[in-house]
Amino acid sequence: MLQQFSYDLAHLIGATVLMAGFGMLYQRRLFAVLNTFAFQALALAAAAAWQAHVQNAPHLYATAAIALIFKAIAVPIALHWLVERLGIHRTVETALSIGWTMIVGVALVALAIMLVLPVTAKAAALTRESLSIAMSVVLLGMLMMITRRNAVTQVVGFMALENGLILAAVSAKGMPLVVEISIAFSVLVAMTVFGIFFFRIRERFDSLDLHFLETYRGDRQ
Amino acid sequence: MTAVVWQIVQIVLVLATAPLVTGWVRWVKARLNGRRGAPPWQPYRDFYRLLQKEAVVAHSASWIFRAAPYITFASVWLAACIVPTFTTNIFLAPAADLIALVALLAIGRFWTALAGMDVGTAFGGLGASREMMIASLAEPAMLMVTFSLSLVAGTTQPAQIVVFVLGGNVGIEVSLGLALAAMLMVAIAENGRIPIDNPATHLELTMVHEAMVLEYSGRHLAMIEAAQMVRLTLFMALIACLFAPWGMAMPGAGLPGILVGMAAFAAKLFILATALAWFETVIAKMRVFRYSDFLGGALLLGLLATIFLYVSEAV
Amino acid sequence: MLIASALLSLPLLSLFIIAFGRWERAHAVAYAGCFIACVSLFSGGLEHLGGVWGAPNLVLPFGLPWLKAHFRIDNLSALFLLVINFSGAIASAYAIGYSEHLHERRRVTPFYPLFLFGMNTVLVADDAFVFLVAWEFMSLASWLMVLADHEKPDNRRAAAVYLMMAVFGTFCLLPALGLMAGAGGDYTFAAMRLKDLSGVTGFLVVLLTLLGTGSKAGLVPLHVWLPLAHPAAPSHVSALMSGVMTKVALYGLIRILFDLHGDVGWQWGAAMMVVGGITAVMGVLYAVMQDDIKTLLAYSTVENVGVVVIGLGLAIAFKADGENLLAALALVAGLYHIVNHSVFKSLLFLGAGAVITATGKRSISQLGGLLNRLPVTGAAFLVGAAAASSLPPLNGFVSEWLILQTLFKGPGLPHWAMKFGVPVVGALLALAAALAAACFVRAYGIAFLGRPRTDAARQAGEVTFGMRASLVVLAGACVVLGVIPVTVTDALSHVVQPLTGVSFKVSADLGWPWLSPVSSNRGSYSGTVLVMVGLALFGAVILLVHRFGTEAVRRADAWDCGHREDIPQTQYTGPSFAQPIRRVFGGTVFRARESVVMPPPGDDSPARHTVSMIDPVWDGVYGRIGGIVNWAADLVNRLQYLTVRGYLLMMFCTLVFMLLVVAVRQQS
Repeated sequence: MLQQFSYDLAHLIGATVLMAGFGMLYQRRLFAVLNTFAFQALALAAAAAWQAHVQNAPHLYATAAIALIFKAIAVPIALHWLVERLGIHRTVETALSIGWTMIVGVALVALAIMLVLPVTAKAAALTRESLSIAMSVVLLGMLMMITRRNAVTQVVGFMALENGLILAAVSAKGMPLVVEISIAFSVLVAMTVFGIFFFRIRERFDSLDLHFLETYRGDRQ
Repeated sequence: MTAVVWQIVQIVLVLATAPLVTGWVRWVKARLNGRRGAPPWQPYRDFYRLLQKEAVVAHSASWIFRAAPYITFASVWLAACIVPTFTTNIFLAPAADLIALVALLAIGRFWTALAGMDVGTAFGGLGASREMMIASLAEPAMLMVTFSLSLVAGTTQPAQIVVFVLGGNVGIEVSLGLALAAMLMVAIAENGRIPIDNPATHLELTMVHEAMVLEYSGRHLAMIEAAQMVRLTLFMALIACLFAPWGMAMPGAGLPGILVGMAAFAAKLFILATALAWFETVIAKMRVFRYSDFLGGALLLGLLATIFLYVSEAV
Repeated sequence: MLIASALLSLPLLSLFIIAFGRWERAHAVAYAGCFIACVSLFSGGLEHLGGVWGAPNLVLPFGLPWLKAHFRIDNLSALFLLVINFSGAIASAYAIGYSEHLHERRRVTPFYPLFLFGMNTVLVADDAFVFLVAWEFMSLASWLMVLADHEKPDNRRAAAVYLMMAVFGTFCLLPALGLMAGAGGDYTFAAMRLKDLSGVTGFLVVLLTLLGTGSKAGLVPLHVWLPLAHPAAPSHVSALMSGVMTKVALYGLIRILFDLHGDVGWQWGAAMMVVGGITAVMGVLYAVMQDDIKTLLAYSTVENVGVVVIGLGLAIAFKADGENLLAALALVAGLYHIVNHSVFKSLLFLGAGAVITATGKRSISQLGGLLNRLPVTGAAFLVGAAAASSLPPLNGFVSEWLILQTLFKGPGLPHWAMKFGVPVVGALLALAAALAAACFVRAYGIAFLGRPRTDAARQAGEVTFGMRASLVVLAGACVVLGVIPVTVTDALSHVVQPLTGVSFKVSADLGWPWLSPVSSNRGSYSGTVLVMVGLALFGAVILLVHRFGTEAVRRADAWDCGHREDIPQTQYTGPSFAQPIRRVFGGTVFRARESVVMPPPGDDSPARHTVSMIDPVWDGVYGRIGGIVNWAADLVNRLQYLTVRGYLLMMFCTLVFMLLVVAVRQQS
């Protein structure tokens, strides 16, 4: 009974992460996207902490702390600062309308469930549910990267994707901490790179819409 | 036999508490805004006042304009009698399930929208057309919630869902969480609360429900407002009944059980009404053409709730 | 015998009107005759459904010399006899008064009995030959009536499209029935039932049947003729085409897929559900944009056909998986919706006919305030509109409720496609139902409420007694079918029993008047109880208000927030009412674009707001097909300009090819 409860709560937190993924797709303002992302990271930290408690695995607390400090606080603040500093247009520029993005998102969740279910038919409900949620979060992150034009939203999409990976890692038992730290740092590095990249694009085109870059692609010439 | 008695108690109960719930929401909102606010029982006084006033009817209005308030009110009242509030042992429980409940609420909307168009003013048409657009997304969203509940509990009957949930057959489910979120969004839209509609304003460009009932006065207006209040109570009762049925008296419970059920119902109404007032204070009204994203989101959440069931329990 | 003689009297009526068409009263006499024939056929159907006569086989020496015509009435035919002849009788009674105002009536009345004859004969046919001949009778007679007012170019186009789609439908049904023929080319239905249909043959039969009957019933994307042709005919014929002829098409579908074929795979059920869901939503989205009241109703027919097909597809899926009880339930739900739609759609079309008679206008944006001028028509139309919006306690709701209840059992099927598809179809169905309410609030509110927008609407007068009576009877039927659903479903249980092999009653668990499919714990509904309690509450409200309040009423000008405005054009119109929905759904589905042209300052010409939309089915499907046909025609066209040597070469090649074929065949 108690174990059932711990599973249920884990899934509920996982679903919160997923809902935050949908929330990011739903938002039209850049700051709202960043706030939603921070919320997603917070939920992720909660998921990791809960797993640490349930699995009695202290290293997962470290994961939770990393998620909380870097992703829920540092990265959103940095991005906020970037957006303000660069004077980026504060509405999300969409390549596909919000309604359709959400419909595609639901279809992707269905796809994730369909993929995971037969693979893990024999595994416990815990793994099935967590895996399908994590995979959905990853797919939604990708969807966000595809359907949003602005570079900032693409970075957020990338990091949401990575949140999904961490969610998968915490809920499947025992992924070594090393891997997580390396992921966390790679993200930070990526974040820095993106930041510099932003400045460069901005200097050159006075916009962060990636559309402007496309005219410089080699195959167009 | 007891079912009939409790049914009659409920019929009176929902009617009697509805104005208090709305009055309470208004009072809390006023306090949160830093105003003193009218006392929670002000709606009762308003009713009496409106009933004493003569009704003004436009020259161009037909009988639909005059019949609509009564039909709307009666249909909403009927719907409110079907949702279990303090006990599942009510006579009308098998008469309508959640699908029929959605449709019963649609009756009220159909008539109000027609009444809005009846006088032939631009405002009425505006309100009616927006209301129908909102309904065209909110109704399917609620049916999807019903769908996922029917998969969890194996029934679409609110009373049976209560029995199932109280039987301890169900833990915290992701699907239920999603369904609850969708249900809350639908409830906001159906009751015309912020961020979809603002119940406190007239003459705002974005108004929906108030635009339809602009021409009403006197006892007709009283009926329309009563219908709004009963609808709000109904949705709170529905959310409480489907997602937090604890404390509700089961068939066979004696008077103590019933009293516990009533106390629990009052507590739930109190919590939900206060939460609503708080939510309306902190959130801003939405643009009209964001409604489709909001309600489409509710519809998709309902759909997601259904799909997620396959993971958790392999239906 | 009653049925046979009533049936045969219909062509005679046709001959009669051809002979005496010049005589003024002849039309009334002919329609009265049709009325009597329909009533007889209706009572015949009633007796058969009750099982009094069993299911007699009639074999008449008729048709081709080596082929005898077979006729048979079973419960399914009897049910459809009831559906068709109820509306048929009412439409005939209505036409007695209505046809007096029709200037083209001499091009309508002769074909009307033939149309009824064709539809009824399809139902009693027991072999492929009779079935197809009657089917063609039905198509051609209705086609001629679509063409009745042929001076309008729109009608000519409608008729051309209709003829093409009708030919296409028959072109599909012919091989479908041919493939099912029993040993030795036995074309009776009895022989077809025995035939084992599996593999490619079975596949082709189902596909061709769906195409053939679907084109007649109006499934998207085969619906294109329907909203053109149904409104083009006079209203009593439109009522029959929309309310009844689509049902004959569905009868064909049920007869072939449930009775003759026997074991259709669940994939077909799933496909039908998806097509039905798309049809329902597309149909109602089209409907909500229309300005012509009859076109709007025709599109709403497309929607309802989609709803029925969802039910039928569900029944096939359940049946294929051996869930016969649920299959029977789904089939009952689908049949109930067929019955309901035939009643309320006939009512709405006849009501539209009354509006057109009274005002001469078909565009709702030129009407307004008609409820005050046509109180009876307006009230009856309101009942129809509420039923079409699937509001309880009317009939439209009950069948949608049953379909939804059955649909909610769909995820129990073991296929993943169904598990994930059923919720989506459920969402589509719910969306269609909710949009239908918007569509009918719009149609009714603009046409019947508000202030008159034109003089025609201002001066309208109530229609003849016969027309009003027809409308009232149909409105009453909508109420009765909704309030006592259990009585209807019990009758329908008899109909589906031979098709699914399950004998059950939807009310079994709680008894009359509780509708409780599956079990009472699962979900139940009772229109009867709701109406009684609702009326009691309504009475209580009135009593309370009048006990504690004042009854004073003052008539005044509309307040409208102080915007005093006497021009009726300031009211919402059809396009403006549809605007929010168009913005939500139209952008992607119809690529609706709005543009505003503002005159420059100082210019006093009016600003213009225009909406452009495309029809995705016409442009996406038929436009492409047309392109391909043109391309092929161009290719063939080149053959006209070859040299003599070129023609000789072609003949030579053909000859060599033929010889090759012979050589190869001899080898094998």
